[in-house]
Amino acid sequence: MADKKPTHKGKMVPLPSRSIVPERDVHTRPVLETRHLGIDFGGLTAVDDFDLTIGRTEIAGLIGPNGAGKTTVFNLLTKVYQPTRGTILIDGMDTAGKTTSQINRMGVARTFQNIRLFSNLTVEENVKVGLHNQIRYSGLEGVLRMPSFWKKEKLAHESAMGLLSLFDMQDLASHQAGSLPYGAQRRLEIIRALATNPSLLLLDEPAAGMNPSETAELMENIVKIRDTFHTAVLLIEHDMSLVMGVCEGICVLNFGRIIAKGTAEEIQANPVVIEAYLGKKKEA
Amino acid sequence: MKKLNRIKATTKVDFATYLGVTLAFLIVSALQSGGMLSNAMNSWLVPICCFIVMAVSLNLVVGISGELSLGHGGFMSVGAFSGIVAGMSLAEAIPLAPLRLAVAILVGAACAAVAGFLIGIPVLRLRGDYLAIVTLAFGQIIKDLITCLLVGYDKDGLHIVFNLDGLRTVSDLHLEEGGVAIIKGAQGAVGITKMSSFTAGYILVMVTLVIVLNLIRSRTGRAIMAIRDNRIAAESVGLNVTKYKMIAFVVSAALAGAAGALFGLNYSGLVSSRFDFNTSIMVLVYVVLGGLGNIWGSVIGAAVLYALPEALRGLQDYRMLIYAIVLILVMLATNSDQLKGLLGRLIPGRKEKTNG
Amino acid sequence: MVFFSYLFSGISLGSIYAIIALGYTMVYGIAKMLNFAHGDVIMVGGYICYCSMTYLGLPAIVSILLSMVVCTVLGVVIEGLAYKPLRQAGSLAVLITAIGVSYFLQNAAQLIWGVTPKIFTPVVSFPMPEGLAAMGLSSVAVVTMVTCVVIMIVLTTFVNHTKLGKAMRACSEDKGAAQLMGINVNRTISLTFAIGSALAAIAGVLLCSYTPTLIPTTGSMPGIKAFTAAVFGGIGSIPGAFIGGLLLGIIEALAKAYVSTNLANAIVFAVLIVVLLVRPTGLLGKYVPEKV
Repeated sequence: MADKKPTHKGKMVPLPSRSIVPERDVHTRPVLETRHLGIDFGGLTAVDDFDLTIGRTEIAGLIGPNGAGKTTVFNLLTKVYQPTRGTILIDGMDTAGKTTSQINRMGVARTFQNIRLFSNLTVEENVKVGLHNQIRYSGLEGVLRMPSFWKKEKLAHESAMGLLSLFDMQDLASHQAGSLPYGAQRRLEIIRALATNPSLLLLDEPAAGMNPSETAELMENIVKIRDTFHTAVLLIEHDMSLVMGVCEGICVLNFGRIIAKGTAEEIQANPVVIEAYLGKKKEA
Repeated sequence: MKKLNRIKATTKVDFATYLGVTLAFLIVSALQSGGMLSNAMNSWLVPICCFIVMAVSLNLVVGISGELSLGHGGFMSVGAFSGIVAGMSLAEAIPLAPLRLAVAILVGAACAAVAGFLIGIPVLRLRGDYLAIVTLAFGQIIKDLITCLLVGYDKDGLHIVFNLDGLRTVSDLHLEEGGVAIIKGAQGAVGITKMSSFTAGYILVMVTLVIVLNLIRSRTGRAIMAIRDNRIAAESVGLNVTKYKMIAFVVSAALAGAAGALFGLNYSGLVSSRFDFNTSIMVLVYVVLGGLGNIWGSVIGAAVLYALPEALRGLQDYRMLIYAIVLILVMLATNSDQLKGLLGRLIPGRKEKTNG
Repeated sequence: MVFFSYLFSGISLGSIYAIIALGYTMVYGIAKMLNFAHGDVIMVGGYICYCSMTYLGLPAIVSILLSMVVCTVLGVVIEGLAYKPLRQAGSLAVLITAIGVSYFLQNAAQLIWGVTPKIFTPVVSFPMPEGLAAMGLSSVAVVTMVTCVVIMIVLTTFVNHTKLGKAMRACSEDKGAAQLMGINVNRTISLTFAIGSALAAIAGVLLCSYTPTLIPTTGSMPGIKAFTAAVFGGIGSIPGAFIGGLLLGIIEALAKAYVSTNLANAIVFAVLIVVLLVRPTGLLGKYVPEKV
């Protein structure tokens, strides 16, 4: 499967702001731009001066050693943590003062490193919760079972099943989410995030705990998601075959700061990155 | 196809609940008209309906929304006293008693909903046990406030005096001739015209079940349960956490208020200490023993556990002791590790929240 | 002058709340459970002391010790029989069980001692210097305050500077990790219940000296108030319980004197709500953010 990986990758070109995006995205507004983003935890700087631009249809990677602050970046982007400094623009709109749920409504959806499903709800209900802001009717319409209730519920059911079929999970629809095997839970989290119709999908270690063939399948699926839903993807991952195989722009974080940005080839050849991962080369 | 089967499964449970309640009502009504119920048993019927509504509505907060509330009795109290005032003062405006009862219940529900909204603002900013203690505090505050309340009505309308210093009496209401004092501070409400009936209780239970079950099986209910299961994930998919917690809280308070109005209009006199901490706790016991998030469980839990101490009256002084022992043993039997797994298989759908 | 007499009354009531709250907060800190039966252990403590003094004619100090021993045993037995089997169960299950225990104790007390109030004679009484007595400071109040401060100091020293205290703190942070470090978690929890119940006995005796009527439900309202005090100060924190208890007692006494007797409790609870709004984890409580 690995042999057909590079076909979907575009050429990376610089923007006026000197950030790089895929060539095809250069004339559209970037889906995400952060400037000098940073957060302190009680005097300790966890992330600092984080500048990142992601193109409209880009698949980007955020990598770095353990404890580098990758998940903290995700938490900042989704306002789970309030940034101490800097700005985040989603579709060119400032996100200052927005809550996590408003960020989602602005078009950013995410998954979690430690899976966070609605474990007592069924698989289908999990996806329907994702569809919450896409298919709307009021609580009163629901309680009174008005015609709109039946119509929208039918629509939600069909949409949920459609999304589940993306990862071949229709048959699991009525299972309790908490009882699914690990891999299926990870996939369900991605589907739930997609259900919110995002323009940017943040995946936090999507391949964790997967075997090589599952990882290969996931790579296909990430590209498929981008192409089907016209969404950009930013992913945190330790599996370098996945990152190098699927990501167009890669950003390397160490001790809360960006130490390198570029394409897979550039990153692989960057001595600073190699040092961050492997330590300083000692003379033998 | 599987999906269709599942819809049928939850719908089946819901309809079984409606059917069960209706059958129970019909059977008990038949027994009642046949004169087969003792006076004591007759007197339980309306309270049982009220406490079923209380348990179902509390389950919406504790089981479905996942927040521990120890002040549900406070909403019942608000509903009871506002319902009594409405029921009494509207005697001339609405001569038809059942209609007046319905209006009184609506007034009780509305007042409790307002109280629920007001208390929800601070409560829903807190988490876990801190939230629980604030609901407890609220229940106590309501009880004390009503103790200080003097309400009467005459042809000019309602007269309300707040007896802060404890020195005021009914005469401070300055009622015109023919006026009636409804709430007399610490003495509570007196001289209430009894309006509640078992039929009204049945209708209220059914309405409550329809509201709660339909709410749970809708977009709103899914959102509430999603927030319970994982607040951060719920926010990450764009749910407004405060809004949905508030909906659960206010709907629950309104239903408790309705139950309170029905309860209040079932007696000729009522004191505010009737709805103290123990009342809230009692309802919580119904909900937990009936199963968190399990609506028909709450119905059965409330009916059985309300009747149990009453039925044990023959044992006189020992009845509450036995009740306490039964309660502890049931909790141990259903929650200790060995028996829990077994029971989980026997009663599907019984969910226990471990990190409450 | 009148103000001081209200203030002293408040401090002495607050000291009692603080002692009860210390028991609540220790048990909460370690077992993470709201032990609603705690208030009823207080009541049992009061009755034991009363019986020992009235029926057995034992001296006050012996009666207090006896009452502490009985309550300690009672606390450990309750924990072992009712709470220990539920260690892995949900917190609501434990809460309901605690309520069951509370019902049980109240009704058992009613069967044993009846509903007629017992009139409790204060355990200690010595002449006060005239100036102080004129300000409304009674000997019972002095004993209560001193006891509370002593308990507070001993408890803080115990928890912070002894091996057992360290074990307790470890258990309250992380039971699993504590177990891996060779701490006997079950025994530590039992010990906590023992200490909490012994404190409850002292609180019971002092409470009955403060308000001399003793009935089977004597403990419930002070129990709830002390629980409020523990939350007020930040549940799980020992100094928090002390400060919370004192403040609560003072607010209650002053509200009773200057605002309304009927509304004193309501005011206490309203202050609690306001405090929690400003500081959602109480005055000295730690805010532990959820890890994402």
